Amino acid sequence: MLGELAGCGRAQLQPAGPISDAERTILLDSVVIMLAIVVPTIVATLAVAWWYRASNRRARRQPDFVYSGRLEIIIWGIPVLVIIFLGGIAWIGSHDLDPAVPLPSKAAPLDIQVVSLDWKWLFIYPKLGIASVNRLVVPAGVPLHLSLTSASVWNVFWVPQLGSMLYCMSGMADTLYLEASHPGVYRGESAMISGDGFADMHFDTDAVPQDLFDAWVARTRSTGPVLDDRAYRELLRQSVPPQPYTYRSVQPGLFADIVMLRLPPGEGPRGGEPGIRPIGGSSVHPVRLR
Amino acid sequence: MSAPSSALRAGRDPYHLGHAPSAGVPEYTGHGAGGPAPKRIVVGYGFWIFILSDVILFSCFFATYTVLIDARAGGPGPREIFDLHTTMAETACLLLSSFACGLTSLAVARHNLLWSEVFLAITGLFGLTFIGLEVHEFIGLIARGAGPTHSAFLSSFFALVGCHGAHVTAGLLWLGTMMAQFRAKGFKESIRHRYLCFSLFWHALDIIWIGIFTVVYLIGTITP
Amino acid sequence: MTLLGKLTWQAIPFQEPLPLFSGAAVLLIIIAVLAWVIVRGYVPYLWREWVTSVDHKRIGVMYCILGLVMLIRGFIDAIMMRTQQVMAYNAPGFLPPSHFDQVFSAHGTIMIFFVAMPLVIGLMNLVVPLQLGVRDVAFPTLNSVSFWLTAAGALLVNLSLIVGEFDRMGWLPYPPLSELTYSPGVGVDYYCWAIQISGIGTLMTGINFVTTILKLRAPGMHYTRMPMFCWTALASNLLIVAAFPVLTATLAMLLLDRYVGFHFFTDTGGGNSMMFMNLIWAWGHPEVYILVLPAFGIYSEVVSTFSSKPLFGYRSMIWATMAICIISFMVWLHHFFTMGAGADVNAVFGIASMIIAVPTGVKIFNWLFTMYGGSVRFTTPMLWSIGFIVTFAIGGLTGVLLAVPPADFQLHNSLFLVAHFHNVIIGAVVFGVFAGYMYWFPKAFGFVLDERLGKWAFWLWLVGFWVAWGPGYVVGLEGMTRRLQHYDVAEWHPWLVVAEGGVVIILLGIIAQIAQLIVSIRTREQRRDLTGDPWDGRNLEWITSSPPPAFNFAVLPNVTDQEPYWDMKIRAREIGELVRPEPQYEPIEMPRNSPTGFVTAFFATVTGFALIWHIWWLVLLGLAGAYATFVVFAWRDHDEILIPAEEVARLDRANRAARTARLQERMAERQSAP
Repeated sequence: MLGELAGCGRAQLQPAGPISDAERTILLDSVVIMLAIVVPTIVATLAVAWWYRASNRRARRQPDFVYSGRLEIIIWGIPVLVIIFLGGIAWIGSHDLDPAVPLPSKAAPLDIQVVSLDWKWLFIYPKLGIASVNRLVVPAGVPLHLSLTSASVWNVFWVPQLGSMLYCMSGMADTLYLEASHPGVYRGESAMISGDGFADMHFDTDAVPQDLFDAWVARTRSTGPVLDDRAYRELLRQSVPPQPYTYRSVQPGLFADIVMLRLPPGEGPRGGEPGIRPIGGSSVHPVRLR
Repeated sequence: MSAPSSALRAGRDPYHLGHAPSAGVPEYTGHGAGGPAPKRIVVGYGFWIFILSDVILFSCFFATYTVLIDARAGGPGPREIFDLHTTMAETACLLLSSFACGLTSLAVARHNLLWSEVFLAITGLFGLTFIGLEVHEFIGLIARGAGPTHSAFLSSFFALVGCHGAHVTAGLLWLGTMMAQFRAKGFKESIRHRYLCFSLFWHALDIIWIGIFTVVYLIGTITP
Repeated sequence: MTLLGKLTWQAIPFQEPLPLFSGAAVLLIIIAVLAWVIVRGYVPYLWREWVTSVDHKRIGVMYCILGLVMLIRGFIDAIMMRTQQVMAYNAPGFLPPSHFDQVFSAHGTIMIFFVAMPLVIGLMNLVVPLQLGVRDVAFPTLNSVSFWLTAAGALLVNLSLIVGEFDRMGWLPYPPLSELTYSPGVGVDYYCWAIQISGIGTLMTGINFVTTILKLRAPGMHYTRMPMFCWTALASNLLIVAAFPVLTATLAMLLLDRYVGFHFFTDTGGGNSMMFMNLIWAWGHPEVYILVLPAFGIYSEVVSTFSSKPLFGYRSMIWATMAICIISFMVWLHHFFTMGAGADVNAVFGIASMIIAVPTGVKIFNWLFTMYGGSVRFTTPMLWSIGFIVTFAIGGLTGVLLAVPPADFQLHNSLFLVAHFHNVIIGAVVFGVFAGYMYWFPKAFGFVLDERLGKWAFWLWLVGFWVAWGPGYVVGLEGMTRRLQHYDVAEWHPWLVVAEGGVVIILLGIIAQIAQLIVSIRTREQRRDLTGDPWDGRNLEWITSSPPPAFNFAVLPNVTDQEPYWDMKIRAREIGELVRPEPQYEPIEMPRNSPTGFVTAFFATVTGFALIWHIWWLVLLGLAGAYATFVVFAWRDHDEILIPAEEVARLDRANRAARTARLQERMAERQSAP
């Protein structure tokens, strides 16, 4: 329990996956490169200002010193060099860490379809035929192939300790590859204002060993409600679920129907009482992991 | 306080800008360095800048149109809704109107009130006909169920063409005011400046229409 | 369909005491001020000298007052947000989401559109014609219209506090959330119409100043003799002319979606919400430089004046300014690297964004070398400038970091991003405006502001800023996203408490600034700037008296040098008398005051309000009123008044006498101290 709590701190700087690890490296490298020029500039500014203060009799005044070709070359040259260097990092990093590039791994990636709704997350495991609301359970050490969409307004899917965030937008699907290197609970959230329930759009990402994951899948399949058309329409209404829960089976092709807008997007406040209401009945229980 | 630096002043060029500080007499470089420009130039120049900004406004609608041209939501596309005959008539109206506007400029330059008013009226009548044709086209489309609320493509079409139409309508209001001003005020300098701006505006709308004619109607009807 | 459209008593938030009471308090203050003005009989004076004034200096001052008043409004929002986030750790706090969302939206909207813009435009109004050595801007009445339209926009935003609601999705209304489906209230409409109205005002300012700077300059002032502030003002106004139409078009599309069911950005009907992102940032990114470039200009003036040296690398500075002006249009996509645009696109825009850091870095080095070999006087404007260089260097660093796409994947929309743009907007724009406020205040009002309180204000702001936003970087790196009404992460809480402390320090800084203003006004007789040149300035604004006469210059100065006034002063000090012989005074034609701006803005406000509440007859009435105003204005016969030569001579001779006295004083000083 304590270990899980500690895992939440310094999110991007305590990576738990290859993507976030690489991103932290780029982040720190860039900062160090820039500090090498920013710190001397700040120190020089303060030093020059102080030395040339009007009351300093020892300072040599050069009121005519307004142009120096050599100096100008240096003035333009230093930032240009730094930016060429950083630009290289940006170019390589953008390609290496493109969210849509699959991760090298022996294990086959696990497909997960992520749907942001007002104001909850729906995670569909298409190959496994199950779905989970507001809790993402994944096997550690296995690449995750996430397809992101939204069934209403925009959101940003973000698990800081795993890496890149990406927009969820209605009418289209974005691809994001992530991986949790080791088991743990990683906080996930929406990084894009989506209305009154926005602050509640966070979820736990449970990365568990493969055997535990398989056990969770088996238990999930045996209990809980079914995600069919009716249940989906209930999900579409603006609400914040009081706790995470799962669906034991999912209507096939649901995600494609959402992306292709064959199912209507959320109706906003007109779909019912606006505001924050809990959904799901007494039949909904979270499936325990351990 | 530093000592005055006369070395800097003595006809040298401290910034290596290619011209030395001149002694007393300003140089007239032709780039506004000869002092403030006369009122006519300032007014015309300012209005040109406004027209440029207006072109940018239109370019947004053009860009939107080209992005959304295929977003038809099951509704009609350009080929089904455009009638090139109407478009041709509209274009002719605007071009003739611009021509009349040019004739007005000549009459204004000669301070001829009668012909100024006559040509302005012709300009306005052609403009009015254009608006009439456009409104007719829009009403026809809406009646056929191809209104702007049907699809993103139609939204962008109505917005782009409608934005131009709104400009022409505003221009007509201005034109009416202009005619009244010629009568009431004659060819005062300030009135002539205003007419200069009006004719710039009217011709600019013509140029934008050429863009609409090409991008929307021509390309729309010849590509599948 | 009712007579008042959607407007009913329910629009007044009787159930929510907080907005109701704060709104009522603001209303009472406004009524009290108006009552005081009326009772003391100031109305005719205000109407004659300010409301209808087309004098660029008066308009500039009114812009600045608007900006400073709105700064207080926006800052109250900031205090509320910070307090909410301190209280809302595992708790609901004191602001429900619907209200909290309005607070941060109003904060962003007000701070950008009605604080930063008016302050920057206000200083440009005050200074640019003076620096160019001319009598007014190109279109003085249009200038007044611009100001009053900006004020109308500010009025509408503040009206939403009491009547209805404001938008709830931040300072940019991203669809689909801003579409009618998800935001059926009037909040987005308030936002859109307020920004449309003030945006038209800003666009006209841009046209006005581009024309002024390119077509109206004193004889002999080449482009390469313009002061750096004029160059940055030119760049900024070119950006306004090129970018604001994009904003107008984008918001017009959103309004079409909301009012008549178009499908530009909707989920349905083929609409494309990503297009909104592209369009709004095609305006939004240049907007950043519209604000910051003039601030760079102010620093250039201040650093040069208080180092007693010409600006180092003037040509480099021009190149850097214009480079920023152009590149700023090519980087908009860096606001949404996380939209999945693909590696090539992201990388190209990332590198383009970084390239802006080059000319910006050049500017910093140039200021550094301007101080090098100079004689630096640590006045308050100079402190703001040095504080800026230090703060902005860090803000630039985090900015370049955000321009690295893979880093942005982890920082976008986090508090790190929010800390970054506060770092550059407070650190560069706000500090710059305050430096300019201190620097040019004597020019506008004829007396110098109190230095001691000014320095207090500077240190409180500087420390307060870092205490408030340093933690922002930290919690951003701990995964905190922006705009959270409540949260349950223990690590964030202590940092947010610290940030609240920073806000309190900034509050003290603002109190120091208010105190500075009050103290300086009360002791203004001892602070008079008699010569018109309190700082030993270098450009033409210091050649005339403080405050300058309506016509600015008795005769237009002949510009023979990059620093025309410094040049004249040096020669005068060498020969011991004014080098400008008394000119032949002639009567001067100045534009006549006009209520057009005020009346236009009145009708714009009425139209905007009617559109927000769907009161269609009032919309028509407002538009008809605006057209009538246009016609009445177009019908005027005399738009200029003549200032007689004797009046010109009287004012100019007084100033010349003061300057001669000062010059002789200096000569005596120099002889007594060999």
